[in-house]
Amino acid sequence: MDFFLQLLVNGVCVGLLYGISAMGFVMIFKASSVLNFAHGELLAMGAFFFLSLATWGKIPVAAAFVLTLAGCFLLGFLIEKFFLRPLIGEKLIFVIMLTVGLAAMFKGLILLVWGGNLHTYPEFLPASLELHLGSITIVPVYSATLVISVAFLVLFGLFFKKSSQGIFMRSVADNQKAALSLGVHVRRVFALSWAIAAMVACMSGIVLGIINGVNVHDLSAIGMKVFPVVILGGLDSIGGAIIGGIIIGLLETFTGGYLSPSLRDVVPYIALVFILMVKPYGLFGLVEIERV
Amino acid sequence: MGEILLQLNNISVVYSNVIQVLKGVSLSVARGHIVSLLGSNGAGKTTTLKAISGLLKPENGEVTDGDIIFNGVNIQNQAPEFITRQGIIQVLEGRQPFKYLTIEENLRVGTATRPGKPYKEDLEMVYHYFPALVKRKKALAGYCSGGELQMLVIGRALMAHPQLLMLDEPSLGLAPLVVQEIFRIIKKINEEHATTIVLVEQNANMALQVAHYGYVMENGKIVMEGTAQELSDNPDVKEFYLGMAASGIAKSYKDVKSYRRRKRWL
Repeated sequence: MDFFLQLLVNGVCVGLLYGISAMGFVMIFKASSVLNFAHGELLAMGAFFFLSLATWGKIPVAAAFVLTLAGCFLLGFLIEKFFLRPLIGEKLIFVIMLTVGLAAMFKGLILLVWGGNLHTYPEFLPASLELHLGSITIVPVYSATLVISVAFLVLFGLFFKKSSQGIFMRSVADNQKAALSLGVHVRRVFALSWAIAAMVACMSGIVLGIINGVNVHDLSAIGMKVFPVVILGGLDSIGGAIIGGIIIGLLETFTGGYLSPSLRDVVPYIALVFILMVKPYGLFGLVEIERV
Repeated sequence: MGEILLQLNNISVVYSNVIQVLKGVSLSVARGHIVSLLGSNGAGKTTTLKAISGLLKPENGEVTDGDIIFNGVNIQNQAPEFITRQGIIQVLEGRQPFKYLTIEENLRVGTATRPGKPYKEDLEMVYHYFPALVKRKKALAGYCSGGELQMLVIGRALMAHPQLLMLDEPSLGLAPLVVQEIFRIIKKINEEHATTIVLVEQNANMALQVAHYGYVMENGKIVMEGTAQELSDNPDVKEFYLGMAASGIAKSYKDVKSYRRRKRWL
């Protein structure tokens, strides 16, 4: 039973992280219908930025974290400005192929600058973050994940529900023509959605780097886990992304714990196939409101 | 006619570089007036509105000739972000709410031309004109009725403080009583806020009741213009747009042809 609870807690923590990372992916898809195949590489970029700043730049961890997030926000913004904006109005498939190209480019850049070896962060999480709930123990990295994920969730929830900019972003995702007619700056919304998506991807990259170590191949592969997550949750549902993330996280830890660690990357996809056979729009995909 | 707010000089619009939809349309809108644009389907009414609001570009359309002057500023082929900030808001045909946003969030999108500015008073103003929206403000727009949605999208446009409000077929698919209510409110907005309104309508009867001036379009051209009274009294308008034959019975085809001949001269 303890083993089960332990796995449950770890699964939820990792799952939340997947969910938040997938949220960035969903945001771009909702705003501009673009599938971002460079998501995993953005995640790796974040981990490596943080590695450089915290380990080699000797900047305090908290400052390095904030700096990395800001840098990734800027990176997302620049990607949109220089690579995607010229393609506005072109066929969607060209834009999606461009993100495949971006993925290769970023991976190459990372290999060039940091190499393909496994790096690790120094131990910086205070041991006091270790939580004991009855007989189960949450190690510092998981409790930190939990705190950061929940903080991001609350922050984004408020942003999208309360702030004007958040409502403008949702309006563009909902009905682009109507948003244009009211003077919403649609290109700015696209830029902002890329910036935010890059930022959350980086954030999850850093945390995954703490859990698994920093290696470009592993991290970009984990980044591609957004596909089962978002398809499970529904491509256009931010809430669904979070829940999809938790389900995938749980499936992974339970498979790793009870069956075999080598199966943990396979089972989520098998579950995905079965769920999609029953619910083709994903668990929480928006059902089109037909009434007009 | 008073001061001219909007002037279209001989504009032509071409879609996808080949399909010419407007062939030299000229019209002017006086400040504070309600000007209605009548015509059958495909006459080019909506295209005229989109040429003004800058919404042609996403549909691959372009103003190839002529100019559009609003408040002394040349606005043809400008981006919608620019044109809306000049004070022109178009309410699209078919209502186009943000289905997954609540009524109140929909209204807040109307403040996009002045982000960060206070908007509470404007919400009150919209609820004052459309009390039906108050009790629905937390409801998702996708689940509201057609009448509520038409009120919502007009209210959403009012949030932007437009100098010129362009309404594209506000009566489309609504019950007659709701249509009357909406036109009453349009008139009220025009009187109380001195908002200039361009009204595109199939329902010529209602449109001419509230309008000061009107234009009739056909095949991408303006074929007739005049004050609302002149148009309502015009036998051809009566025949073709108000559905009233002069004699009370359908005219013979020969007489119909005289209208067609007449039109060719205009």
